[in-house]
Amino acid sequence: MSKYLLDKFLFTVDRDPALVERYREDPVGTVTWWEQEMAGALLSCTAGERTTWLAFTPDERRALSAHDHVALFELGAHPFLTLTLFIAMFERDHGPLEYQRAYGRAMQHLSMPYPDIAT
Amino acid sequence: MATVAAVIASTHHPFYYRASTATGADRPPFADEWVAKIEAFRETLTRAEPDVLVMVGSDHFHQLWLDNMPQFLVGKAPFFDANFYNEEREFGLPRMTLRGEEDLAAHILRQGLDADFDLAFSNELRIDHSITCPIITLRPEADLPIVPIYTNIFAPPLPQPKRFVQLGRMVRELVESWPEDKRVAIIGTGHLSLELGGPRQFGEHGPDPEFDRKAVDWIASGDIEGCLAEVTLDSLHHPGNATHGFMDFMLMMGVAGDGAKADYVDSLDLFHTMEAYFTWYPNGVPA
Repeated sequence: MSKYLLDKFLFTVDRDPALVERYREDPVGTVTWWEQEMAGALLSCTAGERTTWLAFTPDERRALSAHDHVALFELGAHPFLTLTLFIAMFERDHGPLEYQRAYGRAMQHLSMPYPDIAT
Repeated sequence: MATVAAVIASTHHPFYYRASTATGADRPPFADEWVAKIEAFRETLTRAEPDVLVMVGSDHFHQLWLDNMPQFLVGKAPFFDANFYNEEREFGLPRMTLRGEEDLAAHILRQGLDADFDLAFSNELRIDHSITCPIITLRPEADLPIVPIYTNIFAPPLPQPKRFVQLGRMVRELVESWPEDKRVAIIGTGHLSLELGGPRQFGEHGPDPEFDRKAVDWIASGDIEGCLAEVTLDSLHHPGNATHGFMDFMLMMGVAGDGAKADYVDSLDLFHTMEAYFTWYPNGVPA
């Protein structure tokens, strides 16, 4: 499990307008590129200082590549990060609050306790 | 010595700015009632005639991140830029710049550390909607210097609820021991029951109206003991997965004091979450 790296992907994509569009249009390519090039970036350090050991599990890679917000929730990704980024990508295709409500409906089969989000 | 002119606790709803400024067909049906309630709430701060605002909120993964996450952090800087790209994108919030009150921030940091509260600090902090929402609702002129205090209600492991109450009590004492003849309002925002990114999100009401009723009663009556007896890090998962933001209300109960009944209480049942507004005047209701 690398919940931290899932969250890092969602966090770094959500804060960058170009990456939000890139992930919307090409999720598989964006996830592949990001894991190779960006996963090891230490956000408060210069580019030469990189983390060497971070990688997605196959399930995590699949969930991100499929824009599968339900699977991300089940894997313990931080729900606020997922929701914020997915609203940025997909709200525009729907009427007011329509996307947010459908997003919740897709998780109606889930019950308490929710997956642990601690990293 | 400084005077605590008002203690204010509120929800921070990022949709308020857009709802209150929308016109015509874009204006939601609940906007007029919401604006009327906010304007009445704003008057409770205005009449306290504050010089300085201590602002308690929580960064929503904007500047603070999991590679270096503080539990409690005080902003000490001459200015604070505010609001982030994704808050403009999702909520239409404007970019802002607020002045900082560095002397009070330094006092809280030094005295807080000496009182065994190991506060983190930031000299370059961009603040987010947890602090700008109450500026927009309570002091839209954005003309007063602030001391931002951030809490971690977001990225577990979180501090225990009692720790939020203890921090609130300490902030009250430290403001009152600041050797400046200034009127300080202490303002904090949190949530009642709230679900974000889970199956109970964006319902017709908040996800747990029963919790909301109890929470409003605890806050309005200053029932810290009763609140601490029921609220735990585990219990807060049940009313909704983002309900740990209620601990910022508990912090504000600590500021107001044990048994301190709020002088002003109001709420508004909106879709998605309940709004709630509280004001205390520790030194008497202003004329």
